[in-house]
Amino acid sequence: MKNFDVIIIGAGSIGVPAALSLAENKIKVLVIDALASPGQGQNKKAIGGIRATHSDKGKISTCQKSIDIFSTWKHIHGDDIGWIQNGYSFPAYTDKDAHKLKKLMKIQKSFNLDINWLTPEEYLKIVPGINTKGLRGSTYSPEDGSASPLLAINAFYFKSIEYGAQYKFKEKVHAISIINNQEIKVKTNKGEYSAQKVINAAGNYARNTGKLIGLDFPVQPDSHEGAITEPVQRFFGPMIVDLRPSQDPETEDSANFYFYQNNEGQVIFCLTPKHLIKGTASEATSVFLPQVAKRMVDLFPKLANLKVRRTWRGQYPMTPDGFPIVGETKEFPNFINAIGMCGQGYMLGPGLGELLSRIVTCDLTEDDLDALKHFDLYRDFSSTEQFK
Amino acid sequence: MTKNRINAHPILDVSKKKRVSFYWNKSKLIAKKDEMISSALFANNIKIFGHHHKDGSAQGIFCANGQCAKCSVIANGVPVKACMTGIKENMIVKSVEGLPKLPDGDKNPKVSSIEHISTDVLIIGGGPAGLSACIQLEDHQINAIMVDDKDELGGKLVLQTHKFFGSQEDSHAGMRGMDIGRMLAQKVEEASHIDVWKNSTALYVFDDKKVGILKHGVYKIVTPKVILNAAGAREKFLTFKGNSLSGVYGAGAFQTLVNRDLVKPTEKLFIIGGGNVGIIAGYHALQAGIKVVGLCEALPKCGGYKVHEDKLKRLGVPIYTSHSIVCANGKESVSSVTIAQIDKNFQIIEGTHKSFECDTILIAVGLESVSEFTDEAKSAGIKVFAAGDASEIAEASSAMFNGKITGLKVVQYFKPDAKQIPDTWYKKAAILKSHPGPVQEIEALSQEEGIFPVIHCKQEIPCNPCSTVCQEGSIQMIGDPIKGRPKFDGKCKGCMKCLAICPGLAITLVDYRKDKDTPIVFLPYEISNIEVKKGDKISLVNIDGNPLGTYPVLGARATKDSNQTQIVRVKVPKDIAKKVVAFTIQREKTSQKLTHKIPLDHIQDDEVVCLCERVTAGEIRKLVKKGITDINQIKAISRAGMGPCGQKTCGNLLGQIFRAEKIAREDITNNVRRPLFVEVPLGKFANGGK
Repeated sequence: MKNFDVIIIGAGSIGVPAALSLAENKIKVLVIDALASPGQGQNKKAIGGIRATHSDKGKISTCQKSIDIFSTWKHIHGDDIGWIQNGYSFPAYTDKDAHKLKKLMKIQKSFNLDINWLTPEEYLKIVPGINTKGLRGSTYSPEDGSASPLLAINAFYFKSIEYGAQYKFKEKVHAISIINNQEIKVKTNKGEYSAQKVINAAGNYARNTGKLIGLDFPVQPDSHEGAITEPVQRFFGPMIVDLRPSQDPETEDSANFYFYQNNEGQVIFCLTPKHLIKGTASEATSVFLPQVAKRMVDLFPKLANLKVRRTWRGQYPMTPDGFPIVGETKEFPNFINAIGMCGQGYMLGPGLGELLSRIVTCDLTEDDLDALKHFDLYRDFSSTEQFK
Repeated sequence: MTKNRINAHPILDVSKKKRVSFYWNKSKLIAKKDEMISSALFANNIKIFGHHHKDGSAQGIFCANGQCAKCSVIANGVPVKACMTGIKENMIVKSVEGLPKLPDGDKNPKVSSIEHISTDVLIIGGGPAGLSACIQLEDHQINAIMVDDKDELGGKLVLQTHKFFGSQEDSHAGMRGMDIGRMLAQKVEEASHIDVWKNSTALYVFDDKKVGILKHGVYKIVTPKVILNAAGAREKFLTFKGNSLSGVYGAGAFQTLVNRDLVKPTEKLFIIGGGNVGIIAGYHALQAGIKVVGLCEALPKCGGYKVHEDKLKRLGVPIYTSHSIVCANGKESVSSVTIAQIDKNFQIIEGTHKSFECDTILIAVGLESVSEFTDEAKSAGIKVFAAGDASEIAEASSAMFNGKITGLKVVQYFKPDAKQIPDTWYKKAAILKSHPGPVQEIEALSQEEGIFPVIHCKQEIPCNPCSTVCQEGSIQMIGDPIKGRPKFDGKCKGCMKCLAICPGLAITLVDYRKDKDTPIVFLPYEISNIEVKKGDKISLVNIDGNPLGTYPVLGARATKDSNQTQIVRVKVPKDIAKKVVAFTIQREKTSQKLTHKIPLDHIQDDEVVCLCERVTAGEIRKLVKKGITDINQIKAISRAGMGPCGQKTCGNLLGQIFRAEKIAREDITNNVRRPLFVEVPLGKFANGGK
């Protein structure tokens, strides 16, 4: 049986950057994944947006670190991961939304985030052609950005291998036995491995992993569909998040939707259903395109001529309150969770990777402890994230 | 403007159509009304439609079938596929240089709900298999919607100017493919239970058992009880240096340009692949007045029917077996091709390289089924059947019969008491799709009097119209009544019907009645765009294309029964009379090897695997050597397969690279296919057209 310092279950948005940070710190790490290569679960379904402009200390500081890593990756390591600092915007079409967004901006500013309120005229300059009917204005956070999930995870993966991380693909974890606080055994369909610590980064399957040690983690995946278009010359700047739930009876079953133009010039978009579709089914439905197209064309008429190339369906591994679960478990301090990313695993990943590395090496700072409070498994889950 | 139009064709109607003007970049040009932009451009000798945003490589025609986006142009401000967009009077067409600009479009685009439609059967594809299946559904009063992405039903049948193999009874053998296509199409269009949707593309079979279809540019959602996938096949491609030059494309695209749009896309053509598709494309080229420099086939023998191969050889087209393409040469467009002999391990034999001048290289190296609709339907839990090439690659004659059987299977699904499928049908289906047998020598007829046919049919293939057409009953099939070889034994009235119907042009008539020593030989001729008339001296050849001497023509004409096939008469000495099969029309000069060196700036280095995203074989090999066996990961890193065509071309090529790198099939993880089948403007999903 091979021994490691840390075994990570899941080579996805969290597992791979965590392995990168651990291996960089000379920790002997093994990543196990049931699929054939890194990022084949929900990571590749991510649309690529990366923002620090959240509403809580935990996600804000983690994503600030992530932005640091994404934005400097090419400069430091040489590979292009498609990073562009195109910013995020949340346009408001009702007074209520404008009020809500402005209120949140105050909190965000208190964390030194660069976020401003644009008048409709100012917004039209960065999104020429946007529907201005009823537009009250928009938030704009120019330091947020986007990168290719596909390129980023592979860049992190190969770099982690350079640092000594090991990977086992097409291996399914069947059993985890925690012998004492020093040793955990992980049994897969192909072999058995032991480590001092295990990180549960199993995304959609985080709950199943918990069950292997008799714990129940409140993570439930629900479906979202996304799509990508042909590439065209850049025609707008930031990610656009339309917070409004649909009012139209035909598209009523949709909450917010969002889209941006990536480094290739392709527009990527995604829609949140109003009534959650639970489970891990990943085949496309006929509902998505007509639903999202109507709303996108209404918001940004120019998009009508843009050709849709591909669509897909993925999951948000949701927690009851919309915040992740990160940290040690009380029952087994050497079993660490990094789960329930609620659709933000990609942007949280690199920052969380470093945080997880500090959890493993017991080097947590005051700030870390502060951030981790928001991700505590033992918190009260009854409040909800208001600004997803 | 007529330079690149086909103005004379032995079979197709080339009568003039209404002309319109359009603009290409800054010049004003003439097109035929409603023809595709791509054909209008080709007719005006414009073959480069733009340059790729990644590496500036020349873009133009590749699939001519709406599947890729290599032919993109800007038409009246909007980026469109030139091969699927009809030209309009005064249309302003511009090349796409780099990434296109998204047009501003309508400030208030229409939005309305999408129509939902239910049907018993949805048939995807109106080619030979789909049409034949439809006729069964109609006969048994089952309601169906047939969708086809073209303006005319018939699939690839309508591009086939040659007479078909098979049997008359089961697959209309002896008729030209285009005529069969139109006949079947008419039956289906007149059928009362079949709703025909032309210009309609199936986009995906969704998980909620609904099928998205773009019907005449309006999005519809269809809920079928049963899907019949008759979407046909797509052509395989090859990696070689220079494979992405303008002028390298598939035989399907070529047939579309030539036989549908009557455009002459090339002056000098070289063909890669000696299956029926490649050989027939060569024949079609000659009929269109295009010079065929040569054809190469990697195997020691052509895979196509010998009679097809012989037709090409006899007309003067050299066929290089055990040869492979080494590279296509040229700056942006093909200027020459280099081939070389290969050993039994498909390795190039040094010193056997030869280059030929040509402007187009056709790739005809096999087909693969368009199976995604079947897979999607299965995944969604919809009962699905597949027919024709979408189920198994075979000849169109086989697709028709197989479609008929599948149609009846669908009938039985709805009406279990309906007609059972006779066992003999399955046997016949097996015969119609059987591969050609070995070449056998023909027993020479000793007879030297009267008039009789000489049948030069050396290979067992599923084809028997000569035996059905003989009113005297003098032509019998030896062995199997369809697949056996025909033999003449008995009386002959000289009606010429066997000569005229033979799809292989392998039957001549020899008439000793007037002159026993110098009999008259009657030869079938189908390249009458190259006119042969009384007094012309023609170089006669035997079945294999070997010369038999030059003789004057007595006369040439089509008869009432010959269905546009001309019958050429020559008077020859009796010792060669039974050997003469045809005469050479293409001059040897056309096929001469290049004696000068290929200019350095015409030598290409890139072997492109993903034409859409411009990913080279070198990049892929590097990843495979790194140990990557998940195609999803290769795609993620290289973008191969992420372009508009959705891995329709590079999927197969990636497999070839894995094989070459000796990666076991079971170690490879295939990528996931996702909607959409072709790119569609977002606005189409927002507006149901109400």
